[in-house]
Amino acid sequence: MENSYLIETHDLVKTYLLGEHTIKALDRVNLKFEKAEFTGLVGPSGSGKTTLLNIIGSLDSPTSGSAVVMGRKVEDLSHKEAATLRNRHIGFIFQTFNLLPVYTVFENVEFPLLLLDLSAGARRRMTIAALDWVGLADRAKSKPAQLSGGQSQRVAIARAVVKRPALILADEPTANLDAENSHHILQTMERLNRDLETTFIFATHDQKVIDYLRRKITLIDGAVAKDEPVEPQQRGGGKT
Amino acid sequence: MILPKLALRNLLGAGLRTWLNVVVLSLAFVLIIWTQGLYKGMNDQAERASVEAILGGGQYWQEKYDPLDVLSLEDAHAVFPDGLKAMIETGQATPILVIQGTLYPKGRIHPVFIKGIDPDQKLLSLPTQFLKAGEDRFPALIGSRMAKNTGLTVGDTVTLRWRDADGTFDARDVEIVQVMKTVVQSIDQGQVWVPLDRLRTLAGMEEEASLVVVARGSLERPQAPGWVFRDLAFLLSDVRQLVQMKSAGATILYFVLIMLAMLAIFDTQVLSIFRRRKEMGTLMALGFTRGRVIRLFTLEGALHGVLAAVVAALYGIPFLTWYARHGWALPEGMDSYGFAIGEKLFPVYSVGLVLGTTVLVLVITTIVSFLPTRKIAKLKPTDALRGRMS
Repeated sequence: MENSYLIETHDLVKTYLLGEHTIKALDRVNLKFEKAEFTGLVGPSGSGKTTLLNIIGSLDSPTSGSAVVMGRKVEDLSHKEAATLRNRHIGFIFQTFNLLPVYTVFENVEFPLLLLDLSAGARRRMTIAALDWVGLADRAKSKPAQLSGGQSQRVAIARAVVKRPALILADEPTANLDAENSHHILQTMERLNRDLETTFIFATHDQKVIDYLRRKITLIDGAVAKDEPVEPQQRGGGKT
Repeated sequence: MILPKLALRNLLGAGLRTWLNVVVLSLAFVLIIWTQGLYKGMNDQAERASVEAILGGGQYWQEKYDPLDVLSLEDAHAVFPDGLKAMIETGQATPILVIQGTLYPKGRIHPVFIKGIDPDQKLLSLPTQFLKAGEDRFPALIGSRMAKNTGLTVGDTVTLRWRDADGTFDARDVEIVQVMKTVVQSIDQGQVWVPLDRLRTLAGMEEEASLVVVARGSLERPQAPGWVFRDLAFLLSDVRQLVQMKSAGATILYFVLIMLAMLAIFDTQVLSIFRRRKEMGTLMALGFTRGRVIRLFTLEGALHGVLAAVVAALYGIPFLTWYARHGWALPEGMDSYGFAIGEKLFPVYSVGLVLGTTVLVLVITTIVSFLPTRKIAKLKPTDALRGRMS
């Protein structure tokens, strides 16, 4: 039977050695994510949100258990295979935007496409389309240092979606933004999720983000404490 | 092909830091080529001057002739064979007779080599035409260093003593007819040039010579029993060794220059890798493998060399060309350098020197750039994104 889930984790465990102590960052996490979800991993600091996001994003591998992302077992991937998976199918949005300072907005957004076998024309079209989605086409020639925090995060979103990935992982995407910019960003992401059917998974403890989620997974001490859908009427921010 | 573009963008984006490194490296480039060009010029000038003044296209030595052995000089003369005689008659060679002697300038004793040469010879640049004089005079030609050491000037008469073929001492007063200014010390210091026929007669060595200089460009090498042909490689070996010895000093200088430039690049690379960990993490998140990140950062460092070559070309080519045309006026004291240079030293830059230096600098820059990037091979993407080094 064909696997219909975009992501599945089975008894996922991640431990770190801190001196003589072993820290359990994830404790037997079993989760399934479908296509086009708009899901948040919530919980206090140190609850394992970012660790889980990193493993799903093949930036890290589990200590035990399994994480299957788009049919590929993350724990079995070589560095090169993991890099290819990230490049082709996964977009990342970071708390600190992580834009490359020497490149223009256009070049930052175009960057993930450089590793794909695309013509310059195709790259240009896709980059302009991504900048249009986030409403920054007019800032294409600006450098990241010339942008506000909200604009920078929108560039990061454009960079994450430019290759039309199946999955976007956003780690505290609004942590450095004010309320107005946060809502703007979240609305943009919600629209992309709806229009492009891209799966968004957030790691957050920001209530503004939580208000937009359609599914909320609460992690406490590395374990799933609660996994619940958020009904439209419960959502504070989302205006779907 | 994206890596070179990205590397260049990153490098240019780094601004002042990049240009400082590039300028230092370009200085090293230009100075290496300049100093090596000077030594090449020195070598070429020394060789050319020696060839024009005394070496010609090679020399036939009487088998006992050894300019470094005064004891064997007594026997180092003979009548040259027919093959050489034919060359001399057609102007393709000129004979020189060398005997040991003593000069007595102002009551002092100066051991010298007395060299007899045909005043009509056109093969060497020695001003032998001054030796054409009547039978009543015994003309002698000396070099300016010799003149300085002995205190002799044109018109002075000085006693010259020698031993003839029978071992008998003989002496004559010679007249200094010319003091020649030459850069070739081997025809100057301790040398007295006199007409060949007079010396042959006075020494009892009729038709004899110690060496026969062959014309430049002459390919004729007749069989000459009892005579040994010395080619330019042999005759110039001392000059070349001396230049090599001198250029060893320059090698140390350019090694220091390269080291300084490389230190700057190494430092920049280390700093880059330390400061740009988050960027590395981002690159990995965007799909770069560690290998690709290493290649990118190595290329960034290596491009310093390429930019330096371009910058060096921009100011180096006009500078070096000007220098090659106008030369470097040498101070008087340069005579003590040990061999022929001239009043001006003209550097010579060969294609091999320029290409060799460029390749050398590029290779060293690449290696130096690569060394710090090896740390990236151990870098975990998650640590890099947090700005930590694994």
